[in-house]
Amino acid sequence: MTLELRNVAWSVGFRKIVRDVSLRVEPGEFLGVIGPNGSGKTSMMSVLAGIRAPSDGVALLDDQPMGKVGRRNLARRIGFVEQQADTIDRITVREAVSLGRTPYLSLLSPWSGMDDEIVANALESVAMGGMADRIWHTLSGGEKQRVHIARALAQQPDYLLLDEPTNHLDIRHQLGLLELVHDLPVTVVAALHDLNHAALFCDRIAMMDGGRLIAIGTPADILTSKNLRDVFGVEADIETASDGRYHIRYRVGGAMDMDAETKKGRVA
Amino acid sequence: MIALLSSVTGRRTSAAFAALVLLGLSLAFAASVGETSIPLKTVIDTIANHVWGAGHAVDPIDEGIIWNYRLSRAVVAASCGAALALSGAVLQALLRNALADPYLLGISAGASTGAVSVAILGVGAGIFGMSVGAFIGSVVAFAFVSLLALQAGRGTGAIILAGIAGAQLFNALTSFIVTKSASAEEARGIMFWLLGNLSGVRWPDASLALPVTIVGLLVCLWHARALDAFTFGRDSAASLGVPVRRVYVILIGISALMTAVMVSIVGSIGFVGLVIPHAARFFVGNRHGLLLPLSALIGALFLVGADVISRVIVPGQVLPIGVITALVGAPAFALILCHGRVLR
Repeated sequence: MTLELRNVAWSVGFRKIVRDVSLRVEPGEFLGVIGPNGSGKTSMMSVLAGIRAPSDGVALLDDQPMGKVGRRNLARRIGFVEQQADTIDRITVREAVSLGRTPYLSLLSPWSGMDDEIVANALESVAMGGMADRIWHTLSGGEKQRVHIARALAQQPDYLLLDEPTNHLDIRHQLGLLELVHDLPVTVVAALHDLNHAALFCDRIAMMDGGRLIAIGTPADILTSKNLRDVFGVEADIETASDGRYHIRYRVGGAMDMDAETKKGRVA
Repeated sequence: MIALLSSVTGRRTSAAFAALVLLGLSLAFAASVGETSIPLKTVIDTIANHVWGAGHAVDPIDEGIIWNYRLSRAVVAASCGAALALSGAVLQALLRNALADPYLLGISAGASTGAVSVAILGVGAGIFGMSVGAFIGSVVAFAFVSLLALQAGRGTGAIILAGIAGAQLFNALTSFIVTKSASAEEARGIMFWLLGNLSGVRWPDASLALPVTIVGLLVCLWHARALDAFTFGRDSAASLGVPVRRVYVILIGISALMTAVMVSIVGSIGFVGLVIPHAARFFVGNRHGLLLPLSALIGALFLVGADVISRVIVPGQVLPIGVITALVGAPAFALILCHGRVLR
């Protein structure tokens, strides 16, 4: 069971958004993807999910190029939650989650009681069991995001890919959602904005900048003052709490930030 | 579990059966109503005579009116309504836009240009009629819009904007040809055709419209689950295992084909493709397995009804059916909009 990118590039027209990214997702891990805005996280995630074909290099599932695996088979192995997916349709929470069964259904294997059960379980595992009959657009942002995750879970995937799942959520729901995902029995790859969240939940972190994968490793390896200065252009101290977790404390102080920004600009 | 399955299948079969009966009744009703009212019994006898040679005694004039004029006309109206409503439902789902309708793809505008080119400019030198001209025009317009959309980018917004541009261009061409070359008499005839006109249709038209509609319905139903998967957009559909590009090509293609055939037979009948899917959604929600057949059914009934009204509302005169669909459709749409908002 492997999910891997080898020398993957992806471009829009002549603009290269992702360049030469190689990474291998280890079974069972929580892999975080961090990087400043426009560093190519979202594009890399959609190649990893098999939604976009790489313009160079190859994306592999179980050592097979994704193009050969086939859309339906991919959808049974990889669940993907986009950054913001909304709809104008009047659908219930249960209907939204039922969409996750799409890759398993056909004329010969129509909807069955088993599918009902899987959908119900998916809703339970994101603590939305009691809201199955609610209409989609009456949900809050956090609830919508949980329904999306339930839909992905209904695909019964081995890999759950999340693109900035905590965007637009308040802090309680951010932590709640990540904790929920962390405890799910699947391999998770999540693009994360908040570096402290990455430090709290990730087994490994991949750091992107300018479309490249700059570094990949444990939070201790990646979240260093030097990396934060070079990649994000911020000054920060990394503190280790008594429970062994890392905590990032940002230092705000005019001139320093500007320097880092111009230095970074020169390098780029 | 088998009992459950069979009960679901059973319910589906009986619903489909009820729909067909309803459709048959509406066709018979449409054939009995008109300038000379003919009893329903005569209509049913006539149909029996023609379909399985029952040999009932029917007045030959009545029989001629029913079979040659009214019934063929009603069948075309039903096919056309079903096809336009289906196309509308499919395009609204694929393009994620509640205002999408089959004419959005520039098809009706292109058909008009093709028709007036044949009727007024004499393109084709009398080898083919207005219908063929309309079909060619709609295909050209659709090709133009598709190319423009592909050039503009892959987003769903691109095809809508390209459709608007294409429709404007071809409508301008039509107006140009009409104002430059048509006599007053011709202009009136063209106007009538542009608003949708079922007057001239006979069995050959029905034998084209009906199979196209049935094939279109089957193709769309085959993709019902794929259409459901587009609920959260095309990336979401892709991540659910839907081959997005293939579904786009097949379903937009079949919608364009259905629309082009219908427009070439009856002209452009507005509002059906836009309004009927929303009405159907109001009853059964967004699952396309139900929504598509119901849209087709309501579309068929609506257009058969609109045709009857267009024949009887002004004594001694037939109104363009497009006028009726818009007169009924616009207030109905307003009602759905307001009612829908209350529900929310």
